[in-house]
Order: sequence, then C-alpha cells, then structure tokens
Amino acid sequence: MWDYTKEVMEHYRNPKNVGKIDDADAVGEAGSLVCGDALKIYLKIKNNIVTDAKFQTFGCGSAVASSSILTEMIIGKPLDEVKKITNKDIADKLGGLPPEKMHCSVMGYEALENALSHYLKEDVTSGKDKLVCKCFSVTEKQILKAVKENNLKTIEDVTNYTKAGGACGHCKENIQAILDEYYKTKPAKEKPLLTHTQKIIKINNIIENQIAAELRKDGGDIDLIDIDGNKVYVKLKGCCSKCKNSTLTLKNFVEATLRETLGEDIEVVEVEG
Amino acid sequence: MKQKLIYLDNNATTKIDSRVLEVMLPYFKELYANPSSIYSFGGIAQKAVAQSREQIRDFVNAKTDKEIFFTASGSEGANTAIKGILESDRTKKHIITTKVEHPCVLNLYKTLEKQGYKVDYIDVNSNGDLDLDELKNAVTPETILVSCMWANNETGIIFPIDRISQIVKSKNKDAKLFVDAVQAAGKIPMDVQACDIDLLSISGHKFHAPKGIGALYVKSGTLFSPLVIGGHQERGKRAGTENVPYIVGIGMAAQLAKEGLEYESTEVRRLRDKLESNILKTVFNSRLNSGIANRVPNTSNIGFEYIEGELILLHLSDFGICASSGSACTSGSLEPSHVLRAMGVPFTALHGSIRFSLSRFTTEKEIDCVLSVMPRLIDKLVKISPFQAELEELRNLRR
Repeated sequence: MWDYTKEVMEHYRNPKNVGKIDDADAVGEAGSLVCGDALKIYLKIKNNIVTDAKFQTFGCGSAVASSSILTEMIIGKPLDEVKKITNKDIADKLGGLPPEKMHCSVMGYEALENALSHYLKEDVTSGKDKLVCKCFSVTEKQILKAVKENNLKTIEDVTNYTKAGGACGHCKENIQAILDEYYKTKPAKEKPLLTHTQKIIKINNIIENQIAAELRKDGGDIDLIDIDGNKVYVKLKGCCSKCKNSTLTLKNFVEATLRETLGEDIEVVEVEG
Repeated sequence: MKQKLIYLDNNATTKIDSRVLEVMLPYFKELYANPSSIYSFGGIAQKAVAQSREQIRDFVNAKTDKEIFFTASGSEGANTAIKGILESDRTKKHIITTKVEHPCVLNLYKTLEKQGYKVDYIDVNSNGDLDLDELKNAVTPETILVSCMWANNETGIIFPIDRISQIVKSKNKDAKLFVDAVQAAGKIPMDVQACDIDLLSISGHKFHAPKGIGALYVKSGTLFSPLVIGGHQERGKRAGTENVPYIVGIGMAAQLAKEGLEYESTEVRRLRDKLESNILKTVFNSRLNSGIANRVPNTSNIGFEYIEGELILLHLSDFGICASSGSACTSGSLEPSHVLRAMGVPFTALHGSIRFSLSRFTTEKEIDCVLSVMPRLIDKLVKISPFQAELEELRNLRR
C-alpha cells in the first residue's frame, strides 16, 4: 500500500481538468504505453498567459494526481513562470510522493516542457540536467556521477547502480552514449605503468594494510603467494580457510579491493593447502 | 458509513478460518509446553504436532508422516528444497525451471546462476500453458533439479505435474522434481504419490491458516541437506523449537481445505465464472489474460486495455473491493508482471491487468456488488486515458 497524501488521493479520485482542448495552442506528450505511463497535456495560451489547460493520462494514481495538480498550477500563470516549474514543485504541491513514484511527477513536467518547446519553438530544457531514464527519472548528471565514482563500464552496471534502463529499456541507447562519451574523453593517464617490482610491492601493501587487516577482525588471514601478470595467487588462513563463503570473500572483497585500487582486471586465485 | 470489505485477493493471503483459530488458541495459553520435553505436559504438544503432520500427509497424500517437515513459509520451503537438493550432489550444475515461477523461486535461481549453476527457464504460451516439448529437450543427464509451480499465482493456470514428472523421469531418473504448490493447496486435489513428486512446498496462509507457517514434503529416500542447522527437531532437517500453535493451525486448515475441495470446484468456480464472464461481457475494453481451461477455480486475471492497473485498484478500494494487479506501478519494482510478459500479453492490457481471487468465504452478494461497480468505474477511468481513438475503435469492435 502506498502512503499517498490527502492531496494525491483527492486528485486521483476527482481529477481536475480532464480531457482534450480541440483548438489547443500547445500540446505536449510524455511517456508511452510500453512504459506504463503516458500523458498528454493541452494548453490555451493568450498574451503569454496560460488561459486553460487539460490533460489525459494513462498511469497510476500518482500519475493522474500529478497531471491534475499540474493543470491547476499553470492555469492563469504567465509562461515565464510556467517555464520554471519543476517536477519537485509538482510533488511538493501534492504534499510529497513516495520516492518510487517520483517518475510520475516527472512525466507531467516533461509533457509541459514538450508543449512549451513546441509553442515557443525553443528548447526549454537547455541548460537543465537532461532526463535519461524516464521510468526511474534518472538524469544524465546522476548517471555520469555513478559511472565516475564506481568505474561502471556497461549498461547493466549503470542499471544496477542507478536503476536507469531497468524498466522499459528505451533509454539504453542513451546510457551507452553517455558511457561512450565518458570513456572517449577520459584522460588515459591515471594509471601509470608500474614495473613488475613496483606492482608486487603495491599489491603486497594493499593486501597487508587493507585486506588482511579486515580479515583478521574475523579471525582470518591472508598471504600473498605469487603474482603472474594480472593473476594474484593468495592463500587464505585461519577462519577463512575453513569458511564456506571463502569464494565470496575472495571475489567480492579481495579481488574487488585490488581492482578498485589498481584499476586493472586483477584475478585472484586461491592456492589450496 | 463504514463500508463492507469485499476481499477478492485470496492468492495474496486468506482470512484465518475461525475453526483454525479455535484449535490454535489453547497452545498459546495453557498448552505451551516444548514438544521435546520428556514429561507428559510436553507429550501433549508432541501429539498435537504429530496430529498436524498426519493431516498434512493426508492433504498431499504422502506415504508416511516422516515425509512432512514444517517450515515458516512457502519461501523457506522452496529454499530448503532447492538448496537441500543442490547441496546433496555438488557435481551436477544444471537446473530447469519455468519463466513464470514465483519471485521467491526465481530470485533464488538468479543467485544460483551467479554461483555457477546453469538454469533453463521454460516458456509458456499465450494461454499460460507450459511448453512441454521445450521441457523435454532441456532435460539432460547433468540435470539435478526440475522446479515447477503447480498453479500460477497470477493467472491460476495449472501445470500438468503428472506429465511433467513423467517427462523428466523418463529422460533422467535421478533428476529431482520440486513442486511449488503454494497456489494449488486448497484449490485442487494434490497427490504426491500419483504425480511422483520428490519435493513439494505449501504455505498455510494461502488456505486459511495464519501467516508464518508452511510445510515441505520430501519423498522418503531423497537425500537433502538441511537449511537450518541446530537441534534435532524435524528429524534434524529443520532445527528450531516447533511453532506448536501454528503447526496445529496449518493441520486443521489442511483438513478443512481437503474437505472443501468439492465446494471449491463447484461453488467457488461458479462465482468466479460469473464474475469473469459478466465483466468480459459488460466492460468493452476487458480481455481474459489467460486461457480459460486448466485453471484453479478461484482465480481470474483480466486486462483492461488502455487504463493502468493501480488506478483501477485504488478506485476499487474506494468501494471496499480488494484485488491485485500485475501492473508495474503497484509493486514498486516498476516492472510489469513477468508472468503476463512471458505469456505475451499485449502492452495495451499488461499494465491494466487485474487479478481477482476468490475463496470459500466469497458470497454471491459480493460478486454482484463488484459487477454493479465495475462498468461505471472503468467508464470513469477510460475518460482520463490519452488513447481515446484506440478506445473508440475497441468500443466499435465490441458493438
């Protein structure tokens, strides 16, 4: 059960300004049937003032409520003000929406932008953070941040971290474009080539200072046995050697830590006995 | 005015039968002993557990009581069965299941895939029936486990477990068959011997016992490792002091469910059919999302084209009517039902799919009330839809 506010409930029960304006001055659309949310907004505009607005929505309770309240927010307002409305304003006016439902308010905002862009023949979205995944309302900046901070390489990675692309999948191409752009322009320096000895010392330090220290807390330990190219041979000791989850420890912790620090395709191999 | 509740979401959970609650209560109050205790006070609890085990045995028609283990949920039953079998032979890494299993099973398989298991997901057709040829082709000597639900929670479609068992065993006699019977229990007769099932799990709260209790059948002679290790309870296969009152409850619920099967297949079916056929007749943009045959008697999954499911549920809720939806928006996962998608339900109806699931407590009056509400409710919501041209076309088609 969603925790909807009184305002949301009132607006999906009795939505205001439902329908179509046949001689609309501007029409905007957002979403699609496939995504499970689709919205049309119709505007009458006179002397740069929105004199009437109507909407049609295919969507859940909060999508209908967001559309309904949006029409109320813009009727009688000059375009300059209408242009400034954001999805947060819509959600705030509804007394808030559950986080999973924020994409519904985004849809109203997008349809409005779409209508205004048509009417003003200008891109009102320029300068704003571009929305990439409409289903989960994930922006370009958010995706870039996740890619940078977590060294994400694939669309799947991005979906796991940000949810972007996880529902209808329409934005996957755009996510790939963001990834391509990022890795194309990313300066290649960052990873100076290490000599073999430097690499061994570095790996040894990481294992000693970061990994072994953690494992010892749980009564385990680890020894570096050998390094062959990107293969790091280690031996688990103490509790770790008997632990059923040792494979997980090896992959999720040891290997992940080394990869994160060295940024290479390090593979950790356990030496038995 | 306080509205009367019309509860048509019995595949989600059911009302506790008062006769079930009645037999449970003494075990919360005066009969609180630990069944493992040696004194006769403990013996009372032990007998109560034994009686319930017999009731469950009878419910699924197992050969002996020793084949029944109590669990805390259907999910626990599935986890115990699946992991227990895989642990028993770590050399085999191939599992077969279906695309439409319950998430509790599917998510477990997703995890197992990451651990090196190969999992084949068998398709269903647009009616929701399993592709038995694909199943047959999938079974190999490497297959350790075939896992299949008996009845689907969203559509009510019944899989032919006896046929599935024959197919699997004829190609690999060592492969084990695990049946998730959570949605079949209390709706259709179950016979683990006749169907040659190795493991089967049920959950009490789907047949008028409380939440938090389930049972697992494991055919004698089947090697499996316990999930919960500790004490000797449940013959070492599931540690933890027995939840006596709930075990007593599920036993009684199983007995009542078995006695009620006839009513289920006649009266519950009649009411379901009345609800379904009338909605399909009176609501122009409605369609049945599954085949009409091979279904449990209580479930109907109807798609309302060009309207979103959550919105329908919210408006039904205003009339006190409880149902559920395969729409993306209701779950919070934002992904529409994997079951309906596997069946190829068109996007026009996918997001507007509503599941009605009845029980032996559903009355004719309740069904009549839903039928009186439904056409005008959908009519109101249709007006909000941006797909007016498409809806108009549908309307003309139906005339």
